[in-house]
Amino acid sequence: MPMTIGVPREIFAGEKRVATVPEVVEKLVKLGFGVCVETGAGAAANFGDDAYQAAGARVAGSAAELMAASDIIFKVRAPTAEEIALMKPGSALVSFIWPAQNPELMQQLAGGRLTVLAMDSVPRISRAQKMDALSSMANIAGYRAVIEAAHHFGRFFTGQITAAGKVPPAKVFVIGAGVAGLAALGTAVGLGAIVRANDTRPEVADQVKSMGAEFVPVDYQEEGSGVGGYAKVMSEGFQKAQLETFAKQAKDVDIIITTALIPGKPAPKLITAEMVRSMRPGSVIVDLAAEQGGNCELTVPGEVVVREGVTIIGYTDLPSRLAKQASTLYSNNLLRLTEELCKTKDGVINVNFDDEVIRGTTVIKEGVVTWPPPPPRLSAAPPQAKPAAAPAVAAKKSGHGHGAGEPASGKSVVILFGVSALLFWLVGAFAPASFLAHFTVFVLACFIGYMVIWNVTPALHTPLMSVTNAISSIIAVGALIQVAPPLSGATEGRPDTLILGLAVAALTLTAVNMFGGFAVTRRMLAMFRK
Amino acid sequence: MSANIATMAYIAATILFILSLGGLSNPETSRRGNLYGIVGMTIAVLATALGPRVTAAGIPWIVGSLVVGGSVGLYAARKVQMTQMPELVAIMHSLVGLAACLVGYASYVDTSIAFAGAEKTIHEVEIYIGILIGAVTFSGSVIAFGKLSGKIGGKPLLLPARHWLNLAGLLMVIWFGAKFLQAHDIQAGMMPLMVMTVIALLFGIHMVMAIGGADMPVVVSMLNSYSGWAAAATGFMLSNDLLIVTGALVGSSGAILSYIMCRAMNRNFISVIAGGFGTGGGAAPAAAGEQPAGEVTAISAAETAELLRDSKSVIIVPGYGMAVAQAQHTVYEITKLLREKGVNVRFGIHPVAGRMPGHMNVLLAEAKVPYDIVFEMDELNDDFPDTDVSMVIGANDIVNPAAEDDPTSPIAGMPVLQVWKAKTSIVMKRSMASGYAGVDNPLFYKENNRMLFGDAKKMLDEVLVALKS
Repeated sequence: MPMTIGVPREIFAGEKRVATVPEVVEKLVKLGFGVCVETGAGAAANFGDDAYQAAGARVAGSAAELMAASDIIFKVRAPTAEEIALMKPGSALVSFIWPAQNPELMQQLAGGRLTVLAMDSVPRISRAQKMDALSSMANIAGYRAVIEAAHHFGRFFTGQITAAGKVPPAKVFVIGAGVAGLAALGTAVGLGAIVRANDTRPEVADQVKSMGAEFVPVDYQEEGSGVGGYAKVMSEGFQKAQLETFAKQAKDVDIIITTALIPGKPAPKLITAEMVRSMRPGSVIVDLAAEQGGNCELTVPGEVVVREGVTIIGYTDLPSRLAKQASTLYSNNLLRLTEELCKTKDGVINVNFDDEVIRGTTVIKEGVVTWPPPPPRLSAAPPQAKPAAAPAVAAKKSGHGHGAGEPASGKSVVILFGVSALLFWLVGAFAPASFLAHFTVFVLACFIGYMVIWNVTPALHTPLMSVTNAISSIIAVGALIQVAPPLSGATEGRPDTLILGLAVAALTLTAVNMFGGFAVTRRMLAMFRK
Repeated sequence: MSANIATMAYIAATILFILSLGGLSNPETSRRGNLYGIVGMTIAVLATALGPRVTAAGIPWIVGSLVVGGSVGLYAARKVQMTQMPELVAIMHSLVGLAACLVGYASYVDTSIAFAGAEKTIHEVEIYIGILIGAVTFSGSVIAFGKLSGKIGGKPLLLPARHWLNLAGLLMVIWFGAKFLQAHDIQAGMMPLMVMTVIALLFGIHMVMAIGGADMPVVVSMLNSYSGWAAAATGFMLSNDLLIVTGALVGSSGAILSYIMCRAMNRNFISVIAGGFGTGGGAAPAAAGEQPAGEVTAISAAETAELLRDSKSVIIVPGYGMAVAQAQHTVYEITKLLREKGVNVRFGIHPVAGRMPGHMNVLLAEAKVPYDIVFEMDELNDDFPDTDVSMVIGANDIVNPAAEDDPTSPIAGMPVLQVWKAKTSIVMKRSMASGYAGVDNPLFYKENNRMLFGDAKKMLDEVLVALKS
């Protein structure tokens, strides 16, 4: 029996987002679900009831009616006690929960014998990226933070030279280069500002640079990557060095955007009142961590305040301020999660605990608290760069263009063996013993040459040729032997002068090759560098 | 120095040569490889000069020749430009070939070592073959040098019935060989030997003349191999194991190298060696009949700079044109600038780009391009669809889509860098002339292709200036 997904209107004050947009309703219907939407649910995000109906959803007149008809509830904000009371026992809820910060809520949800999937608990592994609502919301928050800053900032972001005078570009400093931070710095770069960023995780420096911003490192050695790609709490020494760096930046920049969060902990205080005082009047601070207490000491969560001439924006609803965009991305995340829950596409969800993603996301299963989940198996950042480099080298070796290991076709092998057998028989039958000794050496040397050369890097073909060329001047030895051999016995008729002349000429020629060849190889190789 | 100690020294030298070749297969160990080669050669020469087979009377002559030859060699090595490397290597091969001939003649006229019976025959066969290979190496290398340095045109010279000519030459060589073996004294033997030498010289000339420009890298490598075989033959002639081993090492490594390159070009090894392009003259007119039609879109240096600046990922494909224009330093300047701006710049090297295997790598290394952003064709050919701009600098045949699309094309089946799959490709060229292989390039007429006409160095300088501003 297909389940019904219910999308209630968000009742949290100021929340404009809706958990499911009409476009996604269509896809949910295709997965076999029935969809029911509370009237006016999408109004604040510019989705009317008629749009939902057109997409195949039923519109319910009230929250009570909706909850009674639904087996699965899609929400954005965590439900209130009243909402929980309305839900059918045994039904499922998908929403932001923040289990660590809301133990009471967890109690209430468990009491309602619900199954709860928390969108904030989706494991941070590659496979789950498409359901990572935190990232998609953070992206929007980062974008909106810059727009809010621009709104409160009294100048251009971009530098301009106009007939009325020169405008310097704004300087923006972003603390924390996570998803929100990167989105913020990308947006600020796009507006033409000079953008700098800092993060405790050194591996994000390249990402910062790739967005066109400058990375400001803290001059202190400590690895800041925690499990799951999040930052961890840093040592005291590091924090001190960090604050010094920030204080220096505060004096220089016009806008600071802070995004520093540590999961399950209050936001670290990174911008002190002292730093705010040192900023130029008219500067702006956007504190994206306001909800967790704020990165700035003077932040008032949810409000815009002016302190010491600096505007401090502490909005906690930045994604909601871009309601249509946020709703669309969030509902896509929900859709992807639903697809994982309902692989059979028959409109029934299966909370399968063998699936790492579903296990991590589910915080309550049928009234039993299953949070926190076992730690994720993989960290997004490699603990050290080295192990990653080694397989790359190995891969390169095996992927070497010539297919060295490729066996020759059977036919050609047979021909080859036949011809060589014939040759060897001929040599063995007619040649004298003294020749055979040399011949042995010759054949073995051919094979060594083959073995040694087969895996040469194509980049080194030229130096290799040059060095083999130099080595082929070994023919000098032949000339040397002829210059003045110890003569014994029958020497009459030996044209000594002629032989000497030929040998000396040959020796001179090979000497050119010998010295020139090695010298030029040396010159070439000296240029190869990493 | 006793004979035994000399032999031991020879073994040491042999091992050093093997280590040298082995070291050269990897950039990390290559410098040490070269050093091994130098040490090995020094040991070999000293052990021979001070050994039992050279008397004190010869020492002044030896020192004299080494000093004269050595200084010429060192001077040439110091003076040569990196772009002229192929020519230098070719001309050096010719020296080895010539030396092998001279040593062969000297050995023949030397009556102090008497052989009898089968040993005599074998000795004479060795002389004959040694001179043959030496002469072919010599004349072939001289022609290769001429072609590479542009003194002789790059187009293959295809005489009518050339395969028959070669066959006739071979038969004559065998016939004179038989006469040579029958000769009773040196005067009688000299005649067939001389004739054979002349035939071998002509054969060498003919062989290289008939090889198309695009196959030159293979030829250089083949001649390298020949010079090794010449040394090995000399070793048999003089009963010297060091010569045999080293010659065989060089010979087989050169042959393998040529074979590797042929595989990279998807070309039949035999047909390259037999000369000409593919199966004969039929292919070229067929291709001429199907001229790719369409408009080419030109672009200015400033627009090129604009394109490069706005891209996230760039692949540069250098060719011989970059070498000719000496543009590698400017290329690196541009690369550096773009990388500082966060553009992912990489180099895509076709195995036969340039006139010698690895030619481009050497030039880029000279310009200090770090070798970890320089990739082989196979390593990045799949990345072109994700690339914003592919910039082709003075290359043509190696980026010709006809090799993949047009089965009648003379270069059909040769793997090429798929630059046209990038969002935009820019081809820098002096004119619309066809490449060394003489094949027109449909790439130029593609919609997403832009032509930047002019000397590569001059144009790139302009691009660099535009990028900096």
